[in-house]
Amino acid sequence: MSDDGKLVMMANQIGRFYEPQRQVEPVAAIATHLRKFWDPRMRAAIIAHLDHGGAGLDIPVREAVQRLKAGA
Amino acid sequence: MSLVTEIDYGTPASKASEEVTLTIDGRPVTVPAGTSIMRAAMDGGIQVPKLCATDSVDAFGSCRLCLVEIAGRAGTPASCTTPVAPGMVVSTQTERLKQIRKGVMELYISDHPLDCLTCAANGDCELQDMAGAVGLREVRYGYDGESHTRQEKDESNPYFTFDPSKCIVCSRCVRACEEVQGTFALTIQGRGFDSKVSPGAATDDFLSSECVSCGACVQACPTATLSEKSLIEIGQPEHSVVTTCAYCGVGCSFKAEMRGEELVRMVPWKDGKANRGHSCVKGRFAWGYANHKERILKPMIRERIDQPWREVSWEVAIDRVASEFKRLQAKHGRLAIGGITSSRCTNEETYLVQKLIRGGFGNNNVDTCARVCHSPTGFGLSQAFGTSAGTQDFDSVEQSDVIVVIGANPTDAHPVFASRMKKRLRAGAKLIVIDPRRTDLVRSAHIEADYHLPLRPGTNAAILNAMAHTIVTEGLTNEAFVREFCDRDAFEYWAEFVARPENSPETVGLLSGVSPEAIRGAARLYATGGNGAIYYGLGVTEHSQGTTAVMAIANLAMVTGNLGRKGVGVNPLRGQNNVQGSCDMGSFPHELTGYRHISDDAMRGTFEALWGRKLDAEPGLRIPNMFDAAIEGTFLGLYVQGEDILQSDPNTAHVVKALSAMECVVVQDLFLNETANYAHVFLPGSTFLEKDGTFTNAERRINRVRKVMTPKNGKADWEITLDIAKAMGFPMHYDHPSQIMDEIARMTPTFAGVSYDLLEKEGSVQWPCNEKAPHGTPVMHIGGFVRGKGNFLITEYIPTDERPGPRFPLLLTTGRILSQYNVGAQTRRTDNVVWHDEDVLEIHPHDAEQRGVRDGDWVRLQSRAGETSLRAQITDRVAPGVVYTTFHHPVTQANVITTDYSDWATNCPEYKVTAVQVSPSNGPSDWQREYGEQAEHSRRILKVAAE
Ligand code: SF4
Ligand code: SF4
Ligand code: SF4
Ligand code: FES
Repeated sequence: MSDDGKLVMMANQIGRFYEPQRQVEPVAAIATHLRKFWDPRMRAAIIAHLDHGGAGLDIPVREAVQRLKAGA
Repeated sequence: MSLVTEIDYGTPASKASEEVTLTIDGRPVTVPAGTSIMRAAMDGGIQVPKLCATDSVDAFGSCRLCLVEIAGRAGTPASCTTPVAPGMVVSTQTERLKQIRKGVMELYISDHPLDCLTCAANGDCELQDMAGAVGLREVRYGYDGESHTRQEKDESNPYFTFDPSKCIVCSRCVRACEEVQGTFALTIQGRGFDSKVSPGAATDDFLSSECVSCGACVQACPTATLSEKSLIEIGQPEHSVVTTCAYCGVGCSFKAEMRGEELVRMVPWKDGKANRGHSCVKGRFAWGYANHKERILKPMIRERIDQPWREVSWEVAIDRVASEFKRLQAKHGRLAIGGITSSRCTNEETYLVQKLIRGGFGNNNVDTCARVCHSPTGFGLSQAFGTSAGTQDFDSVEQSDVIVVIGANPTDAHPVFASRMKKRLRAGAKLIVIDPRRTDLVRSAHIEADYHLPLRPGTNAAILNAMAHTIVTEGLTNEAFVREFCDRDAFEYWAEFVARPENSPETVGLLSGVSPEAIRGAARLYATGGNGAIYYGLGVTEHSQGTTAVMAIANLAMVTGNLGRKGVGVNPLRGQNNVQGSCDMGSFPHELTGYRHISDDAMRGTFEALWGRKLDAEPGLRIPNMFDAAIEGTFLGLYVQGEDILQSDPNTAHVVKALSAMECVVVQDLFLNETANYAHVFLPGSTFLEKDGTFTNAERRINRVRKVMTPKNGKADWEITLDIAKAMGFPMHYDHPSQIMDEIARMTPTFAGVSYDLLEKEGSVQWPCNEKAPHGTPVMHIGGFVRGKGNFLITEYIPTDERPGPRFPLLLTTGRILSQYNVGAQTRRTDNVVWHDEDVLEIHPHDAEQRGVRDGDWVRLQSRAGETSLRAQITDRVAPGVVYTTFHHPVTQANVITTDYSDWATNCPEYKVTAVQVSPSNGPSDWQREYGEQAEHSRRILKVAAE
């Protein structure tokens, strides 16, 4: 998916919900949300975006995408 | 087949639990205390003559036809207004009573036109029946006295006629309008012989009055005075079939009254558990679209969207769909195509479309229109409680003490439920409305909200947190409930979070524009006022924090213990008739039926075994993702059943770009909708009158839809999907939708007990319906949550990125109006347009004045996404800084303006907040003109004989 800006924004939105949660580990929760709700091409695109420096990704989201990559 | 006749018990049922036994005409009868003698008699099979009583409204006691004699009591009391008493001995037929009744009837008849043979109500007139019942043979007063027989008819309402010459002034209509509908449009003016029914002021007719055309008065009228125009035109029906309205998520049951295959009228069914005999203008009257001249009845194809359509046979059309989809998959991969199920189609049809996509297309690129409305409800409630649905039945509202309505406008969007809610409010329940706009509910006849919090669009989560802050910090937590039913750690974390100063009403007041006192007052009332019930709509979900707000609502209900019994709960008001059902049926790309994630190997395996196909374990594309992927070039084929994504989805320019980029768009619908302008294959759909199936309403109630006529297009929608499946090499075998439901029940634990046989027996049933709950589940989470312990999630308020600024200083929010339905494809093709023939922009007088805009002027509405023009309506219903419009008309294209910001969890679009500017304009914008031309061009049809 070429529109990386939009995916970054969407990923950060997810991140900002999970960041303050106390019952779950935010990074794991973000990664799980991406895995459960994003179709493979969207996940591939966000991983590729990370591989290109990951501009704009908030810190926990960046870590979550890293985990996604490791697990994918 | 025959007419479904319903017994009129004369007066409403008593809700008392204590029983009373009495004797009526020598027969012992036992009924609940408080029952009228009339109703008790009917219970015992004895019909007391009556005219002014009917069981939808309280007795009035004016006609004196229902008199009875009671042993030991003097006089002849009216049986409709006299309650039963233990040991009472009642006679309904004596010589004295006969004489009195004859006398009463003589008086009525002397002032009634005797044109029974040519009267529309002939055969269905209570006056006629009563004349027969009392044995009236002569009228001593003659017929030539002063009478009302030559009065002018009021034909102003497009659907019913008021013929005052036939009125017996029983006031059933007046009471129905007050008690059932809650509109108070009618009055009896004058006294004695001069008294007559009048809509509003003396100069008003029905159309110009407050009347909302619900039809309750027409139904209550015992004579031909108020009659459906369709009945007058066609004649009395000879059979009827019970079915379900196909408009909104209330899911009203109706009797479709027929003459052969011609629909005479739709009459709300008393035994319908969602509507209890009531209706609104849409379901009751707005069904004419089924025969509209613009309905398409033949399949059509074209190679390119700039070509005219060509009519073809079903075989050719289906073949085109399959060959194109196969070609696209061969060239671009398995994931290059997908489909959208319809929240307007039946459960069975929706199930088949997702089955076709998962099994036949081999991917999970399936989504549904719920994406753009209630997807945050599904996700939010499942996280909090463990189920993706509302907690109550509609009856529950009768036991609520405090009703909170958030981001919903039920009097327009869920009218029959609104009437039921208003009845409870008139009986004393308190009301809190949280809405940027002063909706009708805030102040209407005999109802005034105790609190209206007119928040800035986009601040729901903040307001809900501030209410929670008040409850937690003022010691109003229901400790016992939280301790017993909720996750303790989650509660502690959450309580610490909401207690923070940033969530205080004082801080939130500043950012939301609502007074802190009002927030505190509303929170206290909800927490301490008895049974508190929350009803919410798209004003909650259609935000970038839609899911967060749903969770915040769940938190409020848990912290106050307002769950798990009648009268309380968290209740999403669903938009379309089958939004709940389409979600239940596995329409979302990541889950199969019953909300089970596609990555669950064991569960997915059961479907693989049954369908004989390997299923993809990865989630597919959601609608907005499909558009993005189309523009990117990886998604090229789409099957859309019964949804107009072009008009209903946000950021129209983006949708146009996406659809134009696809190589095969297949639209299955009744009309050439806006999406069809970008389609290559058009498959004509069938209406709800032409097929069997089920719809599931907002209370999780599964209602039967029954076929009353042959599909004009030749096939029910489910049959079309079967044809595509077969052509795609994935044949499915069903002869009747009941077999599809059997498969759904077999594969879905929450539906395990559902079958057409059960629905036949019970009328309707609310899921979960299985071994544990063989008759369904009216109220959920009794004695514990489905997920185990209730889960408090932290719901931090995060302002949307869509913010007003110097260029776009106003906030636009959107909604709907009573007479129109969504994109208006159906209602615009009915006489409902007399109430709403264009979308207008509501703007506050201050904002209008600043811009030099006068009421009725054309204005340009601009956002970062686009611009459109429409007329302005100046009103203080909206706060300064906020403007509002509806999205029923394609010429307005409100979604040209809305952006593609969306909910964080579900991508539900943020329709409810768009930063805009408003300026004077001369008329439609260039975009509207171009769009209009393109649409007209695209709708050309070459009329050739089908091959
Ligand atoms: S149609 Fe409904 S709103 Fe209109 S007068 Fe009759 S009962 Fe009242
Ligand atoms: S219009 Fe019908 S219901 Fe109303 S008062 Fe006249 S007869 Fe009765
Ligand atoms: S309230 Fe909804 S379901 Fe009921 S008649 Fe009106 S549109 Fe139909
Ligand atoms: S029916 Fe009882 S007084 Fe009219």
